[in-house]
Amino acid sequence: MKVVLLGATTGMGRAMARILAERGESLFLLGHEPEALERSAADLEARHAQRVRVGTAVCDLERPETFASGLDAADAALGGFDTVIVTAALFATQEVLEQDLELTRRLLTVNYAHTVLFCEHVRRRLLARGGGQLTVFSSVAGDRGRKPVVLYGSSKAGLSAYLEGLDHKFQAQGLSVLCVKPGFVKTGMTAGLKPPPFAGEPEAVAQQVLAAMGRRQALVYTPSIWRLVMLVIRHLPRSVMRRIGF
Amino acid sequence: MLFPWGRIPAPGREQLSEELERTTRDARLSRGLGRSYGDSSLPARSDDKVVGTRLANRILHFDPETQVLRAEAGFTLLELNRLFMPRGFFSPVTPGTQFVTLGGMVASDVHGKNHHVAGCFGAHVRALRIRLADNRIVDCSPSVEPELFFGSIGGMGLLGHILEVEFRLDRIPSPWIWMEARRVPDIDAYLAALSEGASRWPMTMGWIDCVSGGRALGRGIMMAGRWLEPDEAPRAGPRVPKALTVPFEFPSFAINPLTVKLFNIAYYWKQLPLKVEKRVAPAPFFYPLDAVLEWNRLYGPRGFTQYQCVIPRAAGAPAVRKFMELLTRLGGASPLCVIKDCGQEGQGLLSFPLEGTSIAVDIAVTPRIQPLVDALNEYVIGVGGRVYLTKDRFTRPEHFRAMEPRLERFQQARDRWDPERRLRSAQSVRLLGDRL
Repeated sequence: MKVVLLGATTGMGRAMARILAERGESLFLLGHEPEALERSAADLEARHAQRVRVGTAVCDLERPETFASGLDAADAALGGFDTVIVTAALFATQEVLEQDLELTRRLLTVNYAHTVLFCEHVRRRLLARGGGQLTVFSSVAGDRGRKPVVLYGSSKAGLSAYLEGLDHKFQAQGLSVLCVKPGFVKTGMTAGLKPPPFAGEPEAVAQQVLAAMGRRQALVYTPSIWRLVMLVIRHLPRSVMRRIGF
Repeated sequence: MLFPWGRIPAPGREQLSEELERTTRDARLSRGLGRSYGDSSLPARSDDKVVGTRLANRILHFDPETQVLRAEAGFTLLELNRLFMPRGFFSPVTPGTQFVTLGGMVASDVHGKNHHVAGCFGAHVRALRIRLADNRIVDCSPSVEPELFFGSIGGMGLLGHILEVEFRLDRIPSPWIWMEARRVPDIDAYLAALSEGASRWPMTMGWIDCVSGGRALGRGIMMAGRWLEPDEAPRAGPRVPKALTVPFEFPSFAINPLTVKLFNIAYYWKQLPLKVEKRVAPAPFFYPLDAVLEWNRLYGPRGFTQYQCVIPRAAGAPAVRKFMELLTRLGGASPLCVIKDCGQEGQGLLSFPLEGTSIAVDIAVTPRIQPLVDALNEYVIGVGGRVYLTKDRFTRPEHFRAMEPRLERFQQARDRWDPERRLRSAQSVRLLGDRL
């Protein structure tokens, strides 16, 4: 595999990159902070006695003008990538977002509009070379409008719908799209929040997502228990959703 | 709630972060994997900002020529072993569990089976990057800001948040150990065996029966080991066995004087021959308890503590014998009691080991725990020994002052680097008089 990762300097993306490096796959890291990218690339190389080379380039989900140049750099370094994994996103709690319109604008733009735009760049390139794999981290928060994630969840709902459509339309042409819906995972992104029951660890999530990619699945909930949790949540009547805090 | 290994929690929450330079700003305490037994990794107040370092786990640099590794403070010994043992490198010092971070290894200045030859982990550290209480970030080493450096080694994170650690790995000839285990009939024979073993083996330690008295006082199984040379070792590296997990919290009565007694007898007689020699993998040799995840649940909801002290060589073998007599008489019943011969004192301002005999006993928390710890401490003070802060939960401040002539020097270092005592833990409030 020749894998491009957007957002692999932290959290679940970091865990994915480590497993892929251990498998000996060729990697290229995209992200918005050059120093963080270099530290992560150095980490991946040092873990495997410099047997893997990990290139980096700046690609910032807040600046769509960096998408083409970032992917060009990845293509050049890898000799044409066949897999793209997107874990980057913005997160803030509902309370914070309700007080901050500018942050809300940024979060909605990054998580929905710009992530979709980035995926469109990737889609064109992968289809032009006969297909490939696109894995994007959405969220269980997009499965139903809920009090604690009204704004964040809506950005992920849009993203999930896009990824589902992409799979329907292009699967036959060799583009394999995986929409990942993590529940609560203990990473820096959720730092400061109280972990609910069945909170996941990034390494276990990464293993599960890579297994789903291997099976060419289109959708995966992780940790798996969230599939059941969200099945219930999706079927709760409105009168109940108005009353509960979840 | 935040839990230490001894399972007596304190209210609070840790803020996990991949970017310590950002998150440690205005934080009062950092903690790694929470493997210290007592209250050193617990916040003094529930609203104190506590940083969890375990996600900050990147290797920053490794040079196989010089064997120097630099990594973020949350990098774990488990990862180090997994990645570097197959390549012929090993940590110069390892404690009895792999579930520790580099930052924690520095803050506790951990020691291991090779203390008599290699000293503590801090002796192999070349540089630290530290976030100070005033939010400055400082690089220090034995020659640059030595007070900050040596104060941070064994300083329980009270001088600054450890962000990065640079140290030198050992080269190992193979990833296999040659081990000798000897059944020893009593404490005097034990001390003689430890001292004799130290001259022949790079690694020694032992399990000691701390329930039986009389002629069997201090009997046990002494272990010694060395790395196998390439021509003695099998080609393939050891396989990593799958760990078991204690699936639930046991009731508090599960560990009681009777079960402890039975365990001690069984453990002593588990090895029937007087001496066994064999090839073993490093994991069961260095980390026997890591094979059972969450074994601390065996102690039930009341929790437990570990009493670990060192009795100086100068006090002699009779002092160790008297300590064991006191321990068995007071009924500090423990399934696990570990004895180890320590080498010279290191340079860490509050580092635990000194030349002598270290004894570590797990003790369930019961209403009798405070008088028990007090009595043991009074004895240890009398013979010029001291306790290990990483394990401690019950020592009184006046006892700690009495056993720690270096405390004043450490507090002077804190006066310079953190005069307002912004960095603090439940332990520093209890033992060092930090204000809430």
